[in-house]
Amino acid sequence: MITPMLSEAWMAMWANRLRTILTMLGMVIGVGAVILMLAVGQGAQQQVQASIASMGSNLFIILSGSTTSGGLRMGGGAIPTLTVADAQSMEDLPSIGSVAPSSPGTAQLVYGPNNWSTQIIGTTPSYLQVRDWQLAAGSPFTDSDIRSATRVALVGQTVAQNLFGEENPVEKTIRIKNSPYVVLGVLAAKGQSLDGRDQDDTVLVPVTTAQRKLFGTQFAGTVRFIMVQADSAEAMPRVEKSINELLRQRHRIREGADNDFSVRNLTAMANTAAETAQVMSLMLGAIASISLLVGGIGIMNIMLVSVTERTREIGIRMAIGARGKDILLQFLLEAIIISVIGCLIGVLLGVGGALAVSKISGMAVVVTISSILMAFAVAAAVGIFFGWYPARKASLLRPIDALRFQ
Amino acid sequence: MSDSVIRIERLYKEYVTDAGTVPVLRDVAVTVMPGEFVAIMGPSGSGKSTFMNILGCLDVATSGNYFLNGRDVNRLDRDELALLRNQVIGFVFQGFNLLPRANLEDNVALPLIYRGIGRTERLAHANAMLEKVGLGKYSRSRPNQISGGQQQRVAIARALVNQPKLLLADEPTGNLDTRTSKEIMTLFSELNQRDGITIVLITHEPDIAAYAHRLVRLADGQVIYDGPVEHAAPEHLEPTA
Ligand SMILES: Nc1ncnc2c1ncn2[C@@H]1O[C@H](COP(=O)(O)OP(=O)(O)O)[C@@H](O)[C@H]1O
Ligand SMILES: [Mg+2]
Repeated sequence: MITPMLSEAWMAMWANRLRTILTMLGMVIGVGAVILMLAVGQGAQQQVQASIASMGSNLFIILSGSTTSGGLRMGGGAIPTLTVADAQSMEDLPSIGSVAPSSPGTAQLVYGPNNWSTQIIGTTPSYLQVRDWQLAAGSPFTDSDIRSATRVALVGQTVAQNLFGEENPVEKTIRIKNSPYVVLGVLAAKGQSLDGRDQDDTVLVPVTTAQRKLFGTQFAGTVRFIMVQADSAEAMPRVEKSINELLRQRHRIREGADNDFSVRNLTAMANTAAETAQVMSLMLGAIASISLLVGGIGIMNIMLVSVTERTREIGIRMAIGARGKDILLQFLLEAIIISVIGCLIGVLLGVGGALAVSKISGMAVVVTISSILMAFAVAAAVGIFFGWYPARKASLLRPIDALRFQ
Repeated sequence: MSDSVIRIERLYKEYVTDAGTVPVLRDVAVTVMPGEFVAIMGPSGSGKSTFMNILGCLDVATSGNYFLNGRDVNRLDRDELALLRNQVIGFVFQGFNLLPRANLEDNVALPLIYRGIGRTERLAHANAMLEKVGLGKYSRSRPNQISGGQQQRVAIARALVNQPKLLLADEPTGNLDTRTSKEIMTLFSELNQRDGITIVLITHEPDIAAYAHRLVRLADGQVIYDGPVEHAAPEHLEPTA
């Protein structure tokens, strides 16, 4: 029964080519938009997740200076109030994994004829644990490098590429501010951070080297921020509390006075970012779905016109023995064919569009099989749902009324 | 009586319009036996088409009995009526009612689709039928590429493709010239005599009615004559418009 009805439906669609194509267009645009929006949304979501994964887990960052005080407000990290000793004392707090005092700055690096300006972080070996950062080559600096403030460095992938090209940077000597530094290792690639910075465009040196030889400090031994990793997600509220207590005590802050540091839960911020990305992704999908709905209504509209226009044909078919369900099937198939073919073209356009977007704007896009399958399922459902009413209307016509229709 | 093709008793049909109910058929009783060839005449508006549509199971009476092949049509549901239209009845219209987009063989094969017959077999039957009405070589043409008389032959071929017992025709020659009308009537006569198909047709022309054996004259929704064409009074054979 289906096969001859398919060819009947096809014949009718072919006879009204232009109208069929225009009806299909609604579906094409709807499905294309859904695929494209899902691709962009999921791309963004995946990028955020990758950034979060690259950040390290259960992280706090403690910035010197207050950002929350009333009265005179300083930017975080403006006045160096934190010290390496603060960091060391935190290591004894319960539920704390690693602590990394950090002193960032910017400087020009030179290797042979190449030079590159980048961010340099003076820190301790535990920075690698806190950030869950592996080495792609070589070995990290050690506590003895910290003690003696040796001129050694770990370079990120971007720095390695720009200074060394194809060459292996390990054991090579670069110049930072005209002093020679030996590259001990190359950091593994981390990609973009949540705020879109290239995390691989960085160099790590011993914190003492940064303080004493590279940047100097306003006050001896101070650092701009300390990164702390808690043992577990559950421990984070407790750890935050104990850090606050410890630092207030160490900095001799009186009861009621504002902190001269601020503790930020990076993991919570990352989760918020992830949620935002997810909501964005859902919203993009939802907006695109509306165009799919409009496409479906377009199908219904045209099918209703088609049923009215072909009432006489329906009468003829009924007069020679078509049952209501034969007529229903014919019109329903027409709607489904239109929406499924429209969907196919829409998928192609959507995927093509997503690739074009990523090529032009550099945005990450992810086209998943599941989003394509979903688009198909929705298209078929839309065809059935919006084709049903006109088809049923046609099938319920009384033969004599259909035949008499002018 | 039980082996009649059509048995109609006390048939009434009213149309409900904005102006009120209009009685169109009043107490009509007609019985048609297998192999009969019946012409229905009557002035315009006398209810001929209404009657024919009820015979063809395209419309239902307001009251009364209709037995088709011994089956009580009033008791059948929509699908069963569709099956009767498909297999027991062949219908020929004044305006041919072919599907303009389909070629002739597809038009003729259309009733077979609703019997679930495969395409090859459908087209074989359809072409055999086209052959029978003398249009074998036009099977790939479209309805608008052939003359009115030829289109009516195609419509007859379509009506016959399921080998119905009963052929109903509402003014089949109404749109045709005299010569073509005669050809069509010759075809009907052949079908009736050679194949034993029962035929009921509506006409305005005494010449056309003369091909039939029996005349039913309707006036104002009632049967005023029912008998052999030869015995009909001249006023019962009067042309109508
Ligand atoms: N669907 C309808 N609704 C209302 N009145 C109708 C309808 N069909 C036919 N009639 C009326 O019924 C009468 C008989 O019509 P019809 O059977 O077509 O006559 P005939 O075929 O003999 O010319 C006419 O008066 C016509 O106006
Ligand atoms: Mg009429």
